[in-house]
Parts: sequence; structure tokens; C-alpha cells
Amino acid sequence: MTRALSRAGAVLRSHLVLAVLGVVVIVAVLTAVGDFRAVQLTQMAYLGIAAGGLTVLTGLNGQISLGHGALMAVGAYTTALLLQDDEPMLPLLGVLVAATLVTLVVGAAIGVAAARLHGPYLAGATLALAVAVPGIALYFGDTLGGEQGLRVRVPDAPDWVLDLAFFVTGQDLTPSKYVAYLGWFTLVVAYVGLANLSRSRVGRRWRAVRDDEVAAEVAGIGLGRARVSAFVVSAAAAGAAGFVMAVSVRLAAPSGFSLTLSLTLLTAVVLGGLGTLTGALAGAALLTFLPDVITDAGVSAGLDDIRAAELAPLLYGLVMVAVILLAPSGLVGSLRTAWHRLGHTTSKGEPS
Amino acid sequence: MNALHRTGRRRLAGAASILTSLVLVAACGAGGRDEDDGDGGGGASDVGVTEDSIRVGGTFPLTGVAAPGYSEIPTGAQAYFDWVNADGGVNGRTIDFEVKDDGYDPTKTSSLTNELVLKDEVFATVGSLGTPTHSAVVDFLNDEEVPDLFVSSGSLGWGDNPEERPMTFGWQPDYEIEGKIIGQYVADNMPDAKVGLFLQDDDFGADAEKGVRQFLDEQVVEVQRYTSGNTDVGPQIAALQASKPDIVLAFTTPSYTALAQLVSLKLGFKPQWYVSNVGSDPALVGSLLEQFSEGAVAGNASALNGIMSSEYIPGVDAPDNPWVQLWQQVWDEHGTKGELTNYRIYGMSWAYTFVQALQAAGEDLTREGLVDALEQAGGDFEGPNYAPYRYSEDSHLGISGLQLVELKDGKGEPLSEVLTTDIGDAEITEDDSGQFDDAPPEGGIPDVEAND
Amino acid sequence: MQQFVNTVLGGLTLGMVYAAFALALVLIWRSTRIVNFAQAPMAMVTTFIALQIIEAGHSYWLGFAAALLAGLVLGAVVERVLIRPVEGKAEINAVILTLGLFIVIHALAAVIFGNRYRSFPAAFGIRGIEVGDTTIALTGFGIFTIVAVLVVMGLLVLLFRFTDVGLRMRAAAFNQEVARLLGVRVGRMLTLGWALASLVGSLAGLLIAGGSLVHPGYMDSVVVYGFVAAVLGGLDSPGGAVVGGLLLGLSLSLVSGYVGSQLVALAALAILMVVLLLRPQGLFAQGRERRV
Repeated sequence: MTRALSRAGAVLRSHLVLAVLGVVVIVAVLTAVGDFRAVQLTQMAYLGIAAGGLTVLTGLNGQISLGHGALMAVGAYTTALLLQDDEPMLPLLGVLVAATLVTLVVGAAIGVAAARLHGPYLAGATLALAVAVPGIALYFGDTLGGEQGLRVRVPDAPDWVLDLAFFVTGQDLTPSKYVAYLGWFTLVVAYVGLANLSRSRVGRRWRAVRDDEVAAEVAGIGLGRARVSAFVVSAAAAGAAGFVMAVSVRLAAPSGFSLTLSLTLLTAVVLGGLGTLTGALAGAALLTFLPDVITDAGVSAGLDDIRAAELAPLLYGLVMVAVILLAPSGLVGSLRTAWHRLGHTTSKGEPS
Repeated sequence: MNALHRTGRRRLAGAASILTSLVLVAACGAGGRDEDDGDGGGGASDVGVTEDSIRVGGTFPLTGVAAPGYSEIPTGAQAYFDWVNADGGVNGRTIDFEVKDDGYDPTKTSSLTNELVLKDEVFATVGSLGTPTHSAVVDFLNDEEVPDLFVSSGSLGWGDNPEERPMTFGWQPDYEIEGKIIGQYVADNMPDAKVGLFLQDDDFGADAEKGVRQFLDEQVVEVQRYTSGNTDVGPQIAALQASKPDIVLAFTTPSYTALAQLVSLKLGFKPQWYVSNVGSDPALVGSLLEQFSEGAVAGNASALNGIMSSEYIPGVDAPDNPWVQLWQQVWDEHGTKGELTNYRIYGMSWAYTFVQALQAAGEDLTREGLVDALEQAGGDFEGPNYAPYRYSEDSHLGISGLQLVELKDGKGEPLSEVLTTDIGDAEITEDDSGQFDDAPPEGGIPDVEAND
Repeated sequence: MQQFVNTVLGGLTLGMVYAAFALALVLIWRSTRIVNFAQAPMAMVTTFIALQIIEAGHSYWLGFAAALLAGLVLGAVVERVLIRPVEGKAEINAVILTLGLFIVIHALAAVIFGNRYRSFPAAFGIRGIEVGDTTIALTGFGIFTIVAVLVVMGLLVLLFRFTDVGLRMRAAAFNQEVARLLGVRVGRMLTLGWALASLVGSLAGLLIAGGSLVHPGYMDSVVVYGFVAAVLGGLDSPGGAVVGGLLLGLSLSLVSGYVGSQLVALAALAILMVVLLLRPQGLFAQGRERRV
């Protein structure tokens, strides 16, 4: 028992050290780049956070969700509602916590229903969720802003943050970079949390349920509880991602949470390589930075801008199909082998 | 970092010491922050301007449900900028116009405007289109102190409060005055009519409703709204039909004008229609209708015969108008493929106003100078507009009036004089500025004196 | 009253299209235990093929036939090339595969045909029929929609009930091992099942497009409604899919007309969850338990 505890402690410690190193890298990178890259990096952060949550759900627990875009919407709208005034009632950190908690509660409700579904049924139901949720914002247009959405007023960075940022980086902190830091620190905290959870007993239960329901049940694991808890954790991550997105885009509007967003998140998880947080982050990076490159290539190949912009999703979709077809034992199988192979050599909390 | 985890604490300790030294280096490298360092952006005011060029940009729906018609607007503006550039530009600077496609999706507008401001570093945005889309970015542009000129939308938010949004200027008549003018017309000429409203569910519809209700509050029997993107308007039209209105005032984009007409055919719903200027282009709506019905609905411009609408600049139905002749010449020389359309004329018209603003801002072009020039001189700009602009220190709203017309075979036949007014309870009067009758200067390039 | 009648009529017409789409999902589910989420973009792309042909000046019916044929071929190719390798594997693989295909076809259509809204012609009149001096919301094209779906359903019944191929397809769907022992070429039957399903899906795409706007995403929500309709009917039963489609079309039309068109998708979600949680075997299955 004590040995187990101390091993858990070691895991936690190594995740924390990686997190600190991650923070150093983040500060270095954000100091070096301009405002526009900082905005792109923020996008990578929120896609990364949500994809990290989805990785836990799909990779570890074997549940699929096409509704994570809808959960991000819950986080984003909570954020927007709390940041309507010039003098918000909560500090930004409080808003982040509120967005995460609200989404967590919504996620729990959905998770309870989802835990009873599997495979295509779960996919279909969450697909319906992704399509249905934007309509709520339209229907309650008076409160939720309708199609125009709710504008988000991001409060200025507090003086001590500005001072600290200047002290460390020697630059003034622009609003875009402030938001980028917010996003990336949220990501580090989320990833440390997710990595520790996945290494804990809870995480082992999730995997046991994914690998063999019957065996897990025989071993005394409540299938429903394991599924719901995975969904809840994953929803909380989506809520935090929604917060970062709202603060970065300065808007929570239905069009931002279309089916495309949910599919994008799934793409990030599949692209990024088979169920690790590092992979989810890599997937988020690809989805953020690759489109420009591919679109430019398309334009120089003679396509017009608009058509060239479709080349990136085309490529993602093809890679997704290829991953499924070429992974010989299927996705879950390679997930498992990949997990075991990598699980002993690398850590999952690496935010770089 | 993978190795780190594997080999354990010794490495961790090493990493920690590297980290400590990094922090120390950082600490040594930086002193205290100077509180007054962040100046108000005045120093950065010539972003996007060089000796011989000015970079500007805008977001437009080149794809999506709002694209029919509206995607032609930037091509018109581009053609006029090319016309001016071919003449040497403004004060020796050519205008470089960056067009971004947001698909009428506010979330995309936000990231594309970031790109325009932070990456492309434009001097100003010009003509960015759409009420829901531009609402998403108007505060950002004002925070960044980027002039945000001539938004292609008639929402009040672009000019009714210059103190809150000092950098933003509207251009076309706002939807509230359009609502007021048609509202008064209906109240005067059809005092017993039951009125239905068919509105886009955002500020476009809301502003118009505000204006209409000033005169028709008692007469309105039903209000239905549609969401852009959902192409099924059957339930809304059925509900309007159930209230048996004599006239329906529609504040819709062109696709939705066509869809509403189509569903009305299906339901046998035949009220008098008024369609807002932005959604009533007979050529476009007619061609959409024709394609829907495979010829069952006469597809030429006569599809909208008998529908009431409004005009505030001359369009392709008036080929003899000197302004339209200028636009035709511009399009023939610099246009892309396709004919001259009302949407292209619209783009050329605000492009013309933008050139006037640049001239008024003078040779030392700054963002602040541009805004000042518009506030000081903009009210006197002459152009294709039927009624004068309202630009001043107190209002950034654009054209102050319009003329009601009835569409017949693609032409607007006047129902009224040019009527001008302002938001709120300003009276509606006949325009006496002479703007309606003016003609473009020789060469088609304005000549506005620099504002001091 | 007129509004109610029109809402119901609109719901029934739409319901027939959902029924067709649900039928396509059911045909595939029965043969390969896969929900084909890519059915929506597959139907979209065949509709665009029809539009290209019609806009090139050919007749509506040539485009119509070409789209159905394209659907048939597309379904067969997709099954043979992409689906065969994942048949019988973990179900999450098939789900992700069809979603990947969803993205691919979407993007491909946008690259080839452009991402703008285009209007699609209707074969018959789009004016409502006049009864006395009121007009009811049943158009010539609406009647065509209903008849077309009914004819296709009738043909499918004939195929499955009374032909040799149909019998073999049913055998392959019922039990592959036994079917193989009986000399049925199961693979070929599965391909045929996908091809037929894709044809029916294409029909649904054409019927929704008629007299309205099409763009690469126009079928996206239909896949949700089709799925709900199929689940409503039990996902296993073609008859159930049809009834489910009609019920769903009617309910959604009423929600749209009397509650708010924004909540249509939410209503579909609510119906789906209620069915899945309370009566997972669907409304019309013969009491056989189904694991959802």
C-alpha cells in the first residue's frame, strides 16, 4: 500500500517537473513570437485541451463522442455570460473554474445517458447533441445572443501579471499574449490532471472497461460508474477549452460550435497518434498550423483561395481513413499495444 | 524529455538546476516595467502605410448562404481601387486591398480579422460585411485602434455611439431609418393594412423593427424571424400567412428573399411585399427563383414585379445615370469576369468614399488623421449617394436617406422623393441637398481637399 | 387550421424523405452492422453530380438517373474498398472510418464543386395545390417525393421477398456462416446491400434538394434525422424505418411550426434519447432485446 502510494507520488512528481519544464518552454516560445502567432498558439491550446479530454474518453475508456464541440459551447457560453460587463464579478481564474464546473455538470448528465450506449449508438447520439446544441443559443436569443452570439469582454491583465511578465521576458505583455499564456497554463494544468488521473486507479478502471467489459465486471468494476467518470473528466476538459476559446475569439456564437468543430477534435485525436496526450497535442498543432501551409500549396498549384482552403480537411480525412485501414489490429488494438509500448517509456503529461 | 522519466531522480535534479538557472538568467535580463511604456497607439498610427502603398482589408462571405450577391461586393471595390491605382493612387500611394472569406460565420470573422490586424498589419479595414459577423470584431478593432470604415451592413452599432467606437464608420442607410421611412409610408398610404414582419434574427432585423414600430406599432399583427443558415422558412411563412397580413415587410438577405417567395408560392400566400434594399436585387433573386423552379417561375428580373423596396445609390437599372456610366467604365477596364451588378456598384461606391477619406486625411496619413478627416469633412462628401452622409463627431452613421421604389421588370419606379431622416425621433423630410442629381468628376476620381 | 394542415403536410413530405434516408441506414446496418455516417455526404455528392448535368443543359431526369446510378456505384466501391477491411473488427473502427469518409467527401465536393450555395431545380410544380379558395402546402414536387419513396420501398420489398438475389441477400445478412455453407457469395451480397442503400440515400438527397439550396453541408443534419428515424423503428427493420421517418418528420414539423425552428435538432435528440433509454429495441420490434 505504502509502496503504491510512493510510486503514485513519483509519477505525480515527474508529471509536475515536466509541467514546469513545459512552462519554461511556453514562456520562451511566447516571448519569441509575434502577436499573430500567439493567437494561433492559443487556438492550438484550446484544441489541445479539448482533444486531451477526448483522448481520455476515446483512447482510455473506448467511448466515442462527436459531441465535444457542444460541451465546449457550454464552457464558452458560461464564460461569455460571466464576462458581459466591464467589471466582471469573478476574476478570470474564477470564470475558468466556473466554466469547467458547469460543463462538468452538463457532462455528467450526458455521461449517464451515454454510459448505456455503445459504438454507433453513442456516436449517433453525440452527433445529434453536436447538431442540437447551437439551436439552444438561437432559441434563447435574448439571453444567449442568438446568431450574433455573446461578446466576451476580456478584462485587462492585472498589474502584477504585467510586471511579472515584463520581469521575466523583458517585453510588455500584449492582450493577445496574455490570453495565450492563460490558454497554455490552462493546458498544462489540465494535462497534469489528466495524466495523473490516467495513471491512477481510476485510469486503470477506465482501461479495464475498454479492454474487456466482462472481465472488468468480474473484477468488481462498475461499468456505468467508470464510463460516467471518464465522460465527466473529459467534459471538464472540454469546458476549460471552451473558456480559452471564448476568451481568445472574444465571442461565443453558435456558428463556432458546428459539427465541424466536433469532427475536428476527433480528427486531432486520431491524427495525433493513438491515444496519448502528447499525441492529442501534436494533433492540435497539426490542425492549427498545417492548414495555412496546405492552403498556400493549393493556391500555388492553381486553385482559388476558397477551394484551396478545403485541401486541409481533405488531407485530414484521408489520414483518418488510412489510420483505420492500415492499423492491422484496428484502432483499439493498436491503441492498446501503443499504450503498453509507450506507457513504459514515456510520460503522458508532456506539454511540449 | 522521455529519457528523463525513465532514469529517474538524478535527471530530475539536473533538470531542476537547469530550470533554476534559466529563471535566474531571465531575472537578470529584465528590469522593472515602465508603467508609461504602453502609449495609446498614436505612435503606431502609420501601420500598413508606406511611401507608395496603403494596405487595407476586409472580411466578406465568398462562400455560404450569404455569398450569392454579397461575394460580388469586394470585386467591385477591387475594380475601383485598380482604377484609382492606375491613375497613380492617392497621394502617390496605391491601395492594396486584402479580401478574406468568412463564410458569414462570426467565429471565422474573428480569427480572420485577427489575421488582418496582427499578421497582415492593415492600415484600416474597409467594407467588412455583415451584421452578425462584424459585431464579433468591432470592439477588437476599436481596442486595437484600427479604423473600421464603411461596414457593409446597416446596423446601428457602426455609428450611433462614436464615443464607444471611435474608429468605426457605417456607410449605407441604417436599418432603423429604412424601417422608419417605409413605416411612415405604410402608415400614411395604407392606414388600415395589417402588417407582418419577416426579419433576420439579429440586429439587422431588430434595428429595422425598431424603426418600423415607430409608425406601425398598432398595425403589426405578426413578427417572424429566421436564422441565417437554416434554409427551411416554411413554418415562419405559414405563421405569417395565418395572421392574414395585407403587407409583409421583409428585412432579409437575397437568398432568404428567394426562399420566402418560393415558400409563399407553395402556400398560396400573396400579400404586398416590401423587401429591404439589401435583399431585393431583382436580377439575383430572380435567377435564384428561376433555378429553384426550373423555369416554373419566370426567372428574369420580373419575378419580383410589384414588390416594394428602396434605393439609395443608382443601380444597373439606370444605365444613363452618370455614376452608373462611370461604374460601367471602371468594370469594363478593371473588372473580373461577369457583368456589372448592383452588388459590384455597391462595392465601388464605398470604395469611392474611401478614396475621398484618404484624400481628406492628407499626405501624412495616420489612423487618427483618417478618422478626424471623416468626422470633419465626411458630411460634405459628394458621391453616388442620393442623400448626404451623416459623418460628424457625434455620428458615424452613413447615408441619411433613401427613395422608396416599386420593382417592375428589374427597374425601381419611384414611389416617393428621396427622404432623409436620422435615428431616434428625427423627422422624415424630403431631401434638398442636391446629392441625387450630382455627377462624378471628370476622370472618375474624387478630388477632396486635405483636412487640416 | 390552414397552418396546422400545412404543417402536417410539410411534415409528412419531409418524413418520407427521412424514411428513405433511414431505410438506407437500415439496409447497411442489417448487412454489415455498421451505421454509415458518410451516407449524408455520399448523397450530397451524387446530388451535385445531378446538378452538374442539369446545369450543363441536359434534362432533369437525366441528372436524376445519373445521380441514382452514381449512388449505386459509390456504395459498392465504398463497401468493397473501405468497409470490407473493417467488417467484423471493433465497432469504433467502423465509426471513425465512416466519419473520416464523411470529412473526405465533404472536402472533395467543396474542392470540385465549390463551397457556395446553389439552387437545385424541382421536377414538378412548386406551387401549392388549390382546394377551393385555400392553397394547401402540397406541391407537385411534394407528391412526387411521396410517390418516389413509396415506389422505391415497393421495389425493395419485391426484391427481398420474391427474387433469388433478395433471398440470398437476406441469408447473408441473417447469418454469414450459414449463408456461406449454402453457397451464397456473402461478400458480393454485402456489396450489393451497400450499393442499394447508397442508391436509396441518393434518392433522399435529390428529394431534399429539389426546389431548395444545396451546398456541401446540406445533408449533414439529415444524417442525424435519418439515424433517429432508423432507431425509432428499431434500426433493424425496413418497415420500422419508414414509420419512424414519418413519425419523426411529423413531430419535427410540429416543433418547427409551433415551438421554434431552432429547436428541431434538439427535439430530434430528445426523441432519440427517450427511445434509446426507454425502448431500445425501437417502437416496432417484436420484443427482441437490443443492446444499444
